[in-house]
Amino acid sequence: MTKPTIDALAKVGDLPLGFTAKPGSTMDFKTGDWRSVKPVLDKEKCIYCGFCYFYCPDGVYKDMGKDEKYYQADYDYCKGCGICAHECPKKAITMVLEEV
Amino acid sequence: MAKPIGMEVSLAVAEAVKLANTDVVAAYPITPQTHIVEHLSELVADGELDAAYIPVESEHSAMSSCIGSSAAGARTFTATSSQGLALMNEMIYIAPILRVPIVLAIANRALSAPINIWNDHSDIMSVRDAGWICLFAENGQEALDLTLISFRIAEDPKVSLPVSMNIDGFTLSHFIEPILIPEQAEVDKFLPPFKPNLQLDIKNPISIGLLGGPECYTESRKAADDVLWNSKPQITKAFDEFNKVFGRQYHVVETYRHEDAETIILLMGSIAETAMTAVDEMREAGQKVGVVRLRLWRPFPEEEVLAAVSKAKNLAVIDRHAVLGCSSGPVGLEVKSLLLNSNLKPNTSNYILGLGGRDVTRDDFKYIFEKAGSGQVQTRCEFVGVYE
Repeated sequence: MTKPTIDALAKVGDLPLGFTAKPGSTMDFKTGDWRSVKPVLDKEKCIYCGFCYFYCPDGVYKDMGKDEKYYQADYDYCKGCGICAHECPKKAITMVLEEV
Repeated sequence: MAKPIGMEVSLAVAEAVKLANTDVVAAYPITPQTHIVEHLSELVADGELDAAYIPVESEHSAMSSCIGSSAAGARTFTATSSQGLALMNEMIYIAPILRVPIVLAIANRALSAPINIWNDHSDIMSVRDAGWICLFAENGQEALDLTLISFRIAEDPKVSLPVSMNIDGFTLSHFIEPILIPEQAEVDKFLPPFKPNLQLDIKNPISIGLLGGPECYTESRKAADDVLWNSKPQITKAFDEFNKVFGRQYHVVETYRHEDAETIILLMGSIAETAMTAVDEMREAGQKVGVVRLRLWRPFPEEEVLAAVSKAKNLAVIDRHAVLGCSSGPVGLEVKSLLLNSNLKPNTSNYILGLGGRDVTRDDFKYIFEKAGSGQVQTRCEFVGVYE
């Protein structure tokens, strides 16, 4: 089957029959450019509680581990909803306007 | 050679669905289609057809089930009419893009309002743009044959599209006609088991029914348009293959005494038989008239229509559906648009008749032949026999 084509400018003849996709192909569909504001973490304030990780509706936060002790948003997929910043008990996350 | 037996046309369609070894029937009863699915539910209940019969709660669910079952690799059939087709509308537009072969028999009936259960073509015309292959039967034998042929076309790997097989509600669906019921062995020869192009399979999963944004929606529609336009050779091939097995040759466009006809009536469906009777009577009186009937409506058979009307001086295009706020019905629009880009310039007018079960008589056709034969061109369609 043809590569999933949702984020590419696929030609008519390249579309998969029946407009289908393989499992996991949403990974190819990077939604980061939908964002107008992005979450920026102040590591000094972060207590590594994991609220951002659990509350994120898109699961874009990655646990950086016991040594680093913070969670990092994946900007390829973060849509900038701001739920992490809202839920952060230490106000360690700030939503910053994306520069165009 | 089998002998014809007297059978209601709806039941003959159901018998064809049985002979096709259909796997899934998902349907909701609606007049005048009900006898088709009623008979199928009997055949399944009696063990004569080994199929899953899904008695759904609405036509929207019927077509949803059909899309799912076809995607799962099952030979799939449903039938509906009028408001039922209207309720299916959302799913009707989805099936062709997903390329799921489904056969849908439509016993054509008027759309409300006013509430009307009788025959015209307003139901199918409401979904004429959806991307389905649309066939129209003239008589009972053709209804049975086209049902079998529809499966063959829909499931052709080069086509893989849903097909609607249209029969006029009551005036064809409820008539008892002499019909040749094919032998199972012959049907099996003509219709091989369904091998889907695309199949839901847990070992090789796919997603069906995706989002298609501005970057690919246009391409998805163009791809569907290409496959529908290019399906005509596969349709004629199915007609030819059918002839090889059963000895009945169908064409996408049929003609009757059109060779030297000065005035031609172009129409679809069962009223062609009445029109041909009118032609015979007028021919006896020395008038040069003929009939052209579209068996295939989508994809629109442009070359065949042009060839059939090429010698006519006057052309009367019949519609069984009024496009409100427009100068022509759907067939009228199609033919006029085709002629505009051709060298042919017959005097063409559009006539609307037989709406909501209003009888269509030989006298109606004689009136149309005479009016069209005068060479007068009407820019706006005429509602034949309207009281005003």
